[in-house]
Amino acid sequence: MPQHTPLFDAHITSGARMVDFGGWEMPINYGSQIEEHHKVRQAAGMFDVSHMTVVDINGSQSRLFLCYLLANDVAKLKTPGRALYSCMLNEQGGIIDDLITYFLDESFFRMVVNAATHDKDMAWITSQARAFDVEVTERPELAMIAVQGPTARQAVLAQLPEADAATAAEMKPFNAGQYGDLFIARTGYTGEDGFEISLPADAASALWQQLLDAGVAPCGLGARDTLRLEAGMNLYGQDMDENVSPLESALGWTVALQDERAFVGKDALLEQKASGVKHKLVGLVLQDRGVLRPGQTIVTDFGEGITTSGSFSPTLQKAIAFARIPKAATDTCQVDIRGKLLDCSIVRPPFARNGAVCEGVL
Amino acid sequence: MSNIPSHLQYTESHEWVSSEDDGSARIGISDHAQQELGDLVYVELPAVGDELGQGDPCAVVESVKAASDIYAPVSGKVIAINEDLDADPAVINTEPYDGGWLFQLELSDKDELDGLKSAEVYAASLED
Repeated sequence: MPQHTPLFDAHITSGARMVDFGGWEMPINYGSQIEEHHKVRQAAGMFDVSHMTVVDINGSQSRLFLCYLLANDVAKLKTPGRALYSCMLNEQGGIIDDLITYFLDESFFRMVVNAATHDKDMAWITSQARAFDVEVTERPELAMIAVQGPTARQAVLAQLPEADAATAAEMKPFNAGQYGDLFIARTGYTGEDGFEISLPADAASALWQQLLDAGVAPCGLGARDTLRLEAGMNLYGQDMDENVSPLESALGWTVALQDERAFVGKDALLEQKASGVKHKLVGLVLQDRGVLRPGQTIVTDFGEGITTSGSFSPTLQKAIAFARIPKAATDTCQVDIRGKLLDCSIVRPPFARNGAVCEGVL
Repeated sequence: MSNIPSHLQYTESHEWVSSEDDGSARIGISDHAQQELGDLVYVELPAVGDELGQGDPCAVVESVKAASDIYAPVSGKVIAINEDLDADPAVINTEPYDGGWLFQLELSDKDELDGLKSAEVYAASLED
């Protein structure tokens, strides 16, 4: 039996096409994926992301534990409410998952991890936590709605009590706070401004309906995928997994290697860095007509590579992809599509953010 | 529910075939197929003059979501392709049976038409 989020009935009412996603029956689109994509770039759209796993870390050694568990340095989180993106690595430096951590107070941090990796994540986190004075608690009773787009925050603020709206309006990007029943974070996975809201499951349908009434478009996983690809954000299980390190996944910037801090996977990363990282994850823009897809072979002067994500970009009106290719390759490469070699330019993602194509991509 | 015009014939792989007055056949994908694929963004068609065998993969339609092969429902020679799809593949989504046709064949064996599904049989197969 597939699992359903508290918004399942709301999706059916809105005419969603449902698909299986990591054991969850989720909306892929509500009609046109491309229209949903544009709605988020130009106005506001919302996604049911209740399938994602919320994990609370409580206890006196919460910060100490996360400093050890995560490749990015939780010590960077100095003000309550601040959020940090990080990979969680195994001892070999491979990526177990990517996640966001929110610092709420010294004895309370919240993590949001992927749905498809739920079981192995929970097993890993709880096993690593044993050496620390912390309590790991899943929060399956929370639903989550991501409201994204240039008018998204405004649409959410209009639903809040006046005092909460005033404070939440002041919240800076990559910050979060508790507003009554709502845990509101100014984060997202689309390259647009917006909020990700965690709330009690029984309150989810009412908020969803209020946002619908306010003109926020329901958007499915299809649009979520093209939006995050344009925004240059990796998808776990596709662009990275336990066989690659952050250094081979365009995530070197999320790994704090400079200081004394010991964390899981650090030694492996230092060794990889010393012996030379062989591959890199780059962006591709197809110069010919056609569509880039995951798993296509890339040909460069320095050897072959492979696309990890690929699609038609509604904002660029061209095919774009992420590809893992030999480190030395720059500027251009070719992709094998059904036996034909087509030209691609190699670019540095993001491709599009904040409603527009990024400079230097086209 | 998808639209399945009764005057057309269908294949298991969701192509439709329209028998034209001049004895040729026009081919496209069904409303059900376009719904499953989602927004179409790219179409690769055979060339005029290509000889196709029944069941040959002869075109590709790509949506944002996926690429899908199109198989020749009957054998024959390609006498026309829908060049408008180059600029606007989304016509397949809005008019799968009209503006969204893919290509036209001069049949090499008219009897092959008898093996295609009627609208009724195709509709029943979608319900399984």
